[in-house]
Amino acid sequence: MLTKHLKTSAVLTGLTAGLSLGLALNVGTATAQAADWEPNKPFEMVIMAGQGGGADRLARLFQSIIQKNDLSPMPVLPINKGGGSGAEALRYLQDNAGDAHKVMATLNSYYTTPLRTDIGVDIEEFTPIARMAVDTFVLWVNADSDIATLEDYVAAVKAAGGAWKMGGTGTGQEDSLVTAMLETEFGIEMTYVPFAGGGTVAKNLVGGHVDSTVNNPSEQMAFWKAGKSRPIAAFTEERIQVFPEVPTMRELGHDLVYAMQRSFVGPPDMPVEAQIFYTDLFKALSETEEWQSYAAEQALVSDLLTGEELQAYLLAERDLHAKLLEAMGESGS
Amino acid sequence: MEILQHLADGFALSLLPLNLAVLLLGVTVGLFIGAMPGLGSVNGVAILLPITFLVPPASAIIFLAAIYYGAMYGGAISSILLGIPGASTAVATTFDGRPMAQKGQAGLALIAAAVGSFVGGTVSVVLFTLFAAPLADVALAFGPAEEFALVLLAFTTFLALGGDDVFKTVLMILLGLVLSTVGLDLISGQPRLIFGDLPGFYSGISFLVLAIGVYGIGEILWTIEQTQHKPQVMPARIRFSELAAGFRALGTSLKAMASGSLLGYFVGMLPAAGATPASLMAYGVAKSTSRKPEQFGKGAVEGVVAPETANNAASTGSLLPMLTLGIPGSPTTALLLGGMVMWGLMPGPMLFIEQPEFVWGLISSLYTANLFAVAINLALIPLFVWSLRIPLPVLSALVLVLCIVGGFTPNQKMHDVWLIAGFGIAGYLLHKLDYPLAPLVLALVLGPLMEKSLRQALIAAQGDVTTFVERPISATFIAIALLLFLLPLIRKLRRHLLPGRAAASSRSSA
Amino acid sequence: MRVAELLTAAFLMGLSVYFMIHAAALPIGWQQGAGPGGGAFPFWLSVMMLVAAGGIFLRQAVGLLAERGSRRPFVSRVALRQVLIVVGSLLAAIALIHLVGAYVAIPLFLVFYLRAMGPVGWRQTTLLALITPVVVFFFFEVTLKILLPKGITEPLFIPLYALFF
Repeated sequence: MLTKHLKTSAVLTGLTAGLSLGLALNVGTATAQAADWEPNKPFEMVIMAGQGGGADRLARLFQSIIQKNDLSPMPVLPINKGGGSGAEALRYLQDNAGDAHKVMATLNSYYTTPLRTDIGVDIEEFTPIARMAVDTFVLWVNADSDIATLEDYVAAVKAAGGAWKMGGTGTGQEDSLVTAMLETEFGIEMTYVPFAGGGTVAKNLVGGHVDSTVNNPSEQMAFWKAGKSRPIAAFTEERIQVFPEVPTMRELGHDLVYAMQRSFVGPPDMPVEAQIFYTDLFKALSETEEWQSYAAEQALVSDLLTGEELQAYLLAERDLHAKLLEAMGESGS
Repeated sequence: MEILQHLADGFALSLLPLNLAVLLLGVTVGLFIGAMPGLGSVNGVAILLPITFLVPPASAIIFLAAIYYGAMYGGAISSILLGIPGASTAVATTFDGRPMAQKGQAGLALIAAAVGSFVGGTVSVVLFTLFAAPLADVALAFGPAEEFALVLLAFTTFLALGGDDVFKTVLMILLGLVLSTVGLDLISGQPRLIFGDLPGFYSGISFLVLAIGVYGIGEILWTIEQTQHKPQVMPARIRFSELAAGFRALGTSLKAMASGSLLGYFVGMLPAAGATPASLMAYGVAKSTSRKPEQFGKGAVEGVVAPETANNAASTGSLLPMLTLGIPGSPTTALLLGGMVMWGLMPGPMLFIEQPEFVWGLISSLYTANLFAVAINLALIPLFVWSLRIPLPVLSALVLVLCIVGGFTPNQKMHDVWLIAGFGIAGYLLHKLDYPLAPLVLALVLGPLMEKSLRQALIAAQGDVTTFVERPISATFIAIALLLFLLPLIRKLRRHLLPGRAAASSRSSA
Repeated sequence: MRVAELLTAAFLMGLSVYFMIHAAALPIGWQQGAGPGGGAFPFWLSVMMLVAAGGIFLRQAVGLLAERGSRRPFVSRVALRQVLIVVGSLLAAIALIHLVGAYVAIPLFLVFYLRAMGPVGWRQTTLLALITPVVVFFFFEVTLKILLPKGITEPLFIPLYALFF
């Protein structure tokens, strides 16, 4: 709260509240060269999802890599604020504007949550840091089913007459958007069954409780290797390296591309020197061998994007999601 | 005897000096983290996950499994000594553990908890060793309908036994269920009951917040009021003769241990269910099969043994779907899974074939972790019991500080601390008016699971309610639940119809 | 005692009505082919809560169960004073955490509480007030890496972070 009123340079070093005592201590660091800025206390990595989910696991992986390779002078503290599809995390960052010791690990609810409910957050004000990866989506069915191609799939869904069960994460989140895209494109109707996380969705497909899913490859990887699930088509621009024989939707003549971004952003008005520090940190992180091999194994597309380019990408994605959500509302699912 | 060969190889790995040292450290750290109200195995594993990069993957998972085990043991400590369950899995332990401590039998209760945990852990590791692969498919057969039936069963096993005022019990269950719906509705993706749009409510009301509030602060207020004119020291003594007597008293709890182990293992194995329903069901079963059910709730040893056996058995059970299917049954196993992925191990059906040394090293380490945990725990019991001899003003002050700090740590929100204070005051008032608090807390834990699985099952079945009885597993569970629910009514009816015979039995069970 | 019972039941009835109003923001009916709506669970449970609380209220009002100490005061005067001290100091401590942080609020709380509540000497009080924050700091911040709120005392901890992390 106090930070909003204090406009001294010391504030920019990012202490949340009440700097009267801190002024004297911090003038030195603030006047130093921008690039020399380093966190002087452990920094928080706010996670837009609950403990144990895919986003959480990824954030904790980043934390471990940072720690193992000694990339930061201060420890990273992951904090889960998954409430309200990430609304809690967004509000938290908004309320800590100007803080230099907080970064947030985002997923697509970064756009969808503020679009769906008015929580008083404009992501345009947030500070872009780095996009670490883009996760892909694939249409899956149980390996026991007869469906082998997209045509079979569409025919089967039509035959089920609306009773076809599509499993996915919470309504309004990525999986439901992809499902809505499928429904519009093929003129089909499905019953969408929401579950708490991608792992649970994958399990319910293999257990035969739902008929199809649009899981990320990493969520189905183990089952796919064991021959229990079957990829039908990928929602990607190009074929996924791990599944070279799986066609993309585009190849099959349907313009359906959707991806989940995994980026880091800072609170609004984050000091420039802090932004530079974190951008460099994540750049270094993206070059580590651990991250490279993990990304390859999990079929993540790991192209780094930072600064203004990232902000432009995030805003473009937001507009795209606004359209998707609007279409979804119209189609009434 | 392929299994024995594998296990021997596993022990060769887990008994390496580095792994033993890691195990010892993990169990001890876990024990203390678990003993803190507010911190449980999830926090322990989450916090220490990054440092496991310093050692090879096998040692790392052994370390985390040791923390997991240690924390499961530790959870009983704060349940018994302070009456504050450190995790939802330890709620049932407070029912009899707390009265035992108040009667001056804290030492016995702690021994019972430790030994029960040991038995539960060991039995389930043996079951794990023998039947890991075939049982994995059972977990897959569990869809939303089965989950709902199981939660229903857990609820009724426990509630069929209630002896309190029916109106008040029902009211507390309802309140707990309503509070459990606060936050985001997963199915429609809309926020609900967020009281004036407070962002703190977006993530719902955490079980820990309610438990620390009513059991921590509420209990302190209650104790302070009650001990007005009495000497302000909690009764707590431990003599070594008592320890021996404690072990002998455990002999009578063999049945509770057996049912707790089996229930714990099988319920724990099912994804989404886990240790909390398992411990409640074990408590319910122990009470209904006990020769002295009237002792339950007033400090029965079996009442501590049963849930503790079950929750440890369940924590091993929940490793099964995690390792064999890559499905975490609880947040803690989800983090373990995350850890394994980071070390480049892919849990799932192929793990047992591709990484046998790792899997069997982990399984064998569960045997040793169990042994260490029980030994360390027993050795520290005198220290824990001694802590109860601190004068009440000092103890209550420290517990209040612990409630504030412990309430803050899991989600790091001051919002939770305020809620804890609010729940504490409300809990104290409700306690004074004889409203039972356990049903409130349990309803909050089981509520989300119940609503979610009910609605998922209904959506999947196009709104057709018969789905619950058409599926064999869920139909069986619902039938048992109904039976348990109707049992007290049937008994009453029989008493009316056969007045002569019933008079005797009603006197003994009153 | 009876008045307290009545007030509590009335409060719970009010609470359930409040919940009902909030829950009704989402659909509370049975949706065709999809089961109950998003508000149905909290709404209908609140309705049942209202009935149960109403039952208790009526039972007390009619005085059916008046036997249990209905004329005994809800809480004795001495006990009330003590309970109020605990509640007051607890709430004050939590409020102080926002302002001056846990490491000032906790010692202040301990000093006040121990002096007000019991025969605890100054030496013991001081000792506890000094040791507790240190233990908390090392256990939570240094070992578990969980930062407690510091309020305006934050800058004082920066040298400590540099030292221990």
